[in-house]
Amino acid sequence: MYERNGEQYFVVDSHLHFWDASPQNWVKGQEQYAKGWIECFHAYMGLGPPETHWPLEKFMKYSEEDFVKDVFEDGHVDVGIFQSTYLKSWYTGGFNTAERNATMAEKYPDKLIVNGRFDPRDGEAGLKQLEEDAKRYNLKGVKVYTAEWHNGSRGWKLTDPEAQVFLDKCKELGIKNIHAHKGPTIWPLDKDAFDVKDIDVAATMNPELNFIVEHVGLPRIEDFCFMATQEPNVYAGLAVVIGGLMHARPRFFNKVMGELLFWVGEDKMLFASDYGIWEPKWQVEGFIDWAMPATEEYADYPAVTTATKKKIMGLNAAKLYDIEVPVELQLRDGGTPAAKEDAQLVESA
Amino acid sequence: MTATAPMAASVMDALAEVYDPELDEPITRLGFVTSCEVGPTGDVAVVLRLPTPQCAPNFAFLMAADARRVVRRLPEVREVTITLEDHYTGEEINAAIGRGEGFAGAFPGETADDDLRALRELFKRKALVARQSRLCEALLAAGATPEEVTACRVGDLRDRPDARRCLKLRAELGIQCEEDSPAFVLPSGEPVAAEDLRRWLRTARLVRMSLEVNGGICRSLLRVHRGVEIDDPEEVLT
Repeated sequence: MYERNGEQYFVVDSHLHFWDASPQNWVKGQEQYAKGWIECFHAYMGLGPPETHWPLEKFMKYSEEDFVKDVFEDGHVDVGIFQSTYLKSWYTGGFNTAERNATMAEKYPDKLIVNGRFDPRDGEAGLKQLEEDAKRYNLKGVKVYTAEWHNGSRGWKLTDPEAQVFLDKCKELGIKNIHAHKGPTIWPLDKDAFDVKDIDVAATMNPELNFIVEHVGLPRIEDFCFMATQEPNVYAGLAVVIGGLMHARPRFFNKVMGELLFWVGEDKMLFASDYGIWEPKWQVEGFIDWAMPATEEYADYPAVTTATKKKIMGLNAAKLYDIEVPVELQLRDGGTPAAKEDAQLVESA
Repeated sequence: MTATAPMAASVMDALAEVYDPELDEPITRLGFVTSCEVGPTGDVAVVLRLPTPQCAPNFAFLMAADARRVVRRLPEVREVTITLEDHYTGEEINAAIGRGEGFAGAFPGETADDDLRALRELFKRKALVARQSRLCEALLAAGATPEEVTACRVGDLRDRPDARRCLKLRAELGIQCEEDSPAFVLPSGEPVAAEDLRRWLRTARLVRMSLEVNGGICRSLLRVHRGVEIDDPEEVLT
């Protein structure tokens, strides 16, 4: 819980990692990719405030103590959701598998949720694994990374017939949240791999599932917005938007948030730190203090209220994951924004 | 100054015509050209580096192939070597470019479009929408009505850099660009109607923002990851 100016915010961080990208975990012969991947992530950390940067060595593998301090003690996070990412072509034991994330979640069962994963190219064995994972980790969500390399294949789409089999399995297992992350490769390589059309089709075909598009479809925010405005079950995961823009590109941050509020709406946006890329502390505090500038440039974006921030900070994700929110941290009147801003206007008059 | 210096300058000028297709900005202004060397006999070696090793292979290929094409057009140039460095598919791309092959040469069996025409066209259309939104907003901000904006002809906007780029994109996309052609068109080439302008601008502005934000992230990453200091039109790290 984070308290600021008399307002209390329930914080759900919908995108956390507990990865091992240390050289001991690099696949022999694939070292350049394993190294390139984590160095690329580390560069993103550089977009946050300088005092939050870590040396590469720590960034490759941070400890349980680091995690607990950065996320729970300093980071204000009430509940965190692990987005497991495997990348076993490059990392021997996986980058951050459900199994590894679960070692942490088992110690903090009230504060951490583990999401699993599936890859349709795994076929029958993958379905069986998903069943086992669902049982073991009580899965409510999965993260899918469509650009993952696999036995010579460089990616897949949610519209692949094999993917629908897995989506059906998710429904059967009570997994209702599909977090989709696009990456730079997919077959055939000439197509725009970041295109979100396959998520659009999958969302229409599977109305009982929620599709959370990680990183708001970056670098295709426009395609994502056009889709999300039409699909009631498509949500925006804000990882990278806050971490990558709020500090480094504040003007762009205003605009991206403005467009998302306009096209996607405050009920379908989820806070996410993407830890260990960025620590949650400065993102939570910065976001609560952020205000859309009152200039012409931003004039026709929707208003940002305290209720807007409460929803994005945690209440929206709490709904998707059936997380119990203490009564005092819920919105009053079933979601109607409290009239605090109006009161302040009167007080300052 | 060596005898090759003026030639290196003309090579850089030529490279300024190569655009990042995703961002619609010249690769020289984005800081993607790491080095450009001209040997005594006119051999040219250009090294390109993108903001992260994970940039999409198709866009990376397009920039490397375009770089080779524009440099080879220069009269005094002999051999041209383009090297995409520190990229996860750099080896495949460099080898194919060196052999003068298309995208299928770099990734045999993994693509159906050897010259990436469809991808290129898709992003030219996005770029055109984004550029037009900038022109449109400038006109509206200066007090023009929607009717006045949509009545604008290509010839009315000639002196603006965005308009010049729009013309180039239109020509490449086969969209009419005579002096008296409408200045604001849909990606299909149809003129934007006055009553649709606000709605069109709402979506066009989103496309523009997306391109600008991606360019901003690329610049930030280049600065942080590669230590490259580049001209940054929007903002700087605070």
